[in-house]
Amino acid sequence: MELDKIKEKDLTMGKANLEVFSETIWNLAAQDRNILAVTSDSRGSGKLVPFGQKYPNQIVEIGIAEQNLVGVAAGLASAGKKVFAVSPACFLTARALEQIKNDVAYSDNPVKLIGISAGVSYGALGTTHHSLHDFAALRAINNMTIVVPADNFETEQAIKKAANLDKPIYIRFGKKAMPFLGEENQTFEFGKGRVVREGADLTIIGCGETVYPAWQAASALEDKYGVKAAVVSMHTIKPLDTNLLDYLAANGKPIITVEEHMVNGGLGEACASYLFQKGVSNQFKIVGIPDEYTVTGSQMEIFNHYGISQDGIFLKAKELLRI
Amino acid sequence: MIDRELQLKSVRLRKNLLKYIYRAKAGHTGGSLSCVDILNVLYNRVLNVDPNNFLQPDRDRYIQSKGHSVEALYVTLADRGFFPESDLETLCQYQSHYIGHPTKKVHGVEQNTGALGHGLPICVGEALAAKMDGKSHRIFTLLGDGELPEGSNWEAFLSAAHYKLDNLYAILDNNKQQITGSNLEVMNTDSIKEKLESFGWVVKEVDGHNPDELEAALNNGPFAEGKPNFIIAHTIKGKGVSYMERVIKWHHGVPSAEQFELANKELDEAAALI
Repeated sequence: MELDKIKEKDLTMGKANLEVFSETIWNLAAQDRNILAVTSDSRGSGKLVPFGQKYPNQIVEIGIAEQNLVGVAAGLASAGKKVFAVSPACFLTARALEQIKNDVAYSDNPVKLIGISAGVSYGALGTTHHSLHDFAALRAINNMTIVVPADNFETEQAIKKAANLDKPIYIRFGKKAMPFLGEENQTFEFGKGRVVREGADLTIIGCGETVYPAWQAASALEDKYGVKAAVVSMHTIKPLDTNLLDYLAANGKPIITVEEHMVNGGLGEACASYLFQKGVSNQFKIVGIPDEYTVTGSQMEIFNHYGISQDGIFLKAKELLRI
Repeated sequence: MIDRELQLKSVRLRKNLLKYIYRAKAGHTGGSLSCVDILNVLYNRVLNVDPNNFLQPDRDRYIQSKGHSVEALYVTLADRGFFPESDLETLCQYQSHYIGHPTKKVHGVEQNTGALGHGLPICVGEALAAKMDGKSHRIFTLLGDGELPEGSNWEAFLSAAHYKLDNLYAILDNNKQQITGSNLEVMNTDSIKEKLESFGWVVKEVDGHNPDELEAALNNGPFAEGKPNFIIAHTIKGKGVSYMERVIKWHHGVPSAEQFELANKELDEAAALI
């Protein structure tokens, strides 16, 4: 397998992935009346107020009742509807975890679970509003795909492909504007990680809103030390792109994973578990939120505090490369 | 009017479910005996379902929220021709699909259930989809009275009334007991009729062991236009076997050889009187 050749260029800033979700579902709904958004008083948070006005028959309000949100979504999906169950990731994947496990995954009802304002997007609202458990919880559920798009391209592709997917899926994203990463005209496929920057000295694997600081750190490493770091958007946490991991580890160089999730049971541990069992001996570091009472602050402050940032990843890379 | 054929079938279904629980040495005996008459009426007098074309989109839906009473469902589905009764020889055995709660691996089962408080929300989704598509099929669920304290049920009660789902029928197997004791002692869910009426449902009470009353209620809905239907079926846990009736240990008790023989004798005697 050849890494995609990425031209060096400045990144173009796009919109929040949340906005791309709302635009994409709008377009899908226009073409297919079976597309439904199901919300838990979350149409505002999900940027779905205009959608509800334009397509009043394609939005189902459940009120603040996430268990019922997911149960009803399962029933609608079972009856043939293409259901996007939209709720803040913190509530969707914790309050309704049993409904996700049984009514969606186990019963194989193809609900598209959309976790909005994921990770620490709600920053200063605190732990009640953070989803730092969702990868771990949903990774332990059979028949569940977990997708964390990094940029607007990946978000649009993920929502479009999910619409016609006949299997359960969880897609989570934040609400901060993201730059376009990687080249235009790339392909997007669930379960296939996307190499957004090429490099043979180091590999940085991120997902969602952490791919951007990973890219920035790689850029800084090249500017200051001439170090070429590959940056990967591992947008599908489950099933993991193990072919790509094999390829990335083959050069024996250090690997850093970066995620907006607790280090327990997340992207890093998923990669580490696979690679360790393959017997690779690359240096390996997981950057994420540690198992502690999460520091207070905005998303950016929390990121900076835990090294989920250009500087944090840059320093981690220097440490591994001993430069 | 006494439906003799259906009453005889109820006795046969009781004998069958006890047989397979006895052989498997596992099962939820008391609750299966309390709801088997409801299932008999549903599958033989009410539901528009075809074992040879089960997934046809306009079928009536039946989702068993009290999934643990699966033995009653299995024997009823087998009797209705969904699968050979001999399949149940594998009940709860290694690699069998006939496990202790319903799954879609078993022909005729709509959803995987077993965790309580899940059936009704799924039915709300099914009923809402039917309304959206202008379809006239009906959605039925069977709730155990012991699962009423699950909060998800109350979320679903609200939403069914909010969306005026008069195509939805929730049947309560009101056997008044659960694993720890009587419902009143464990968590008081009394005045359920008044509670549901205040939530915007129409409630009917029937003798859950009387096929005529069950059929009359289940086939004559909606009880009021734009309102979901709630049927309190008054039942007896362990119904049909004297030493099991209202005795908590039979919630998931398995009869000994002597007890099994005695149960069969009693049921044969009951059949002879029909």
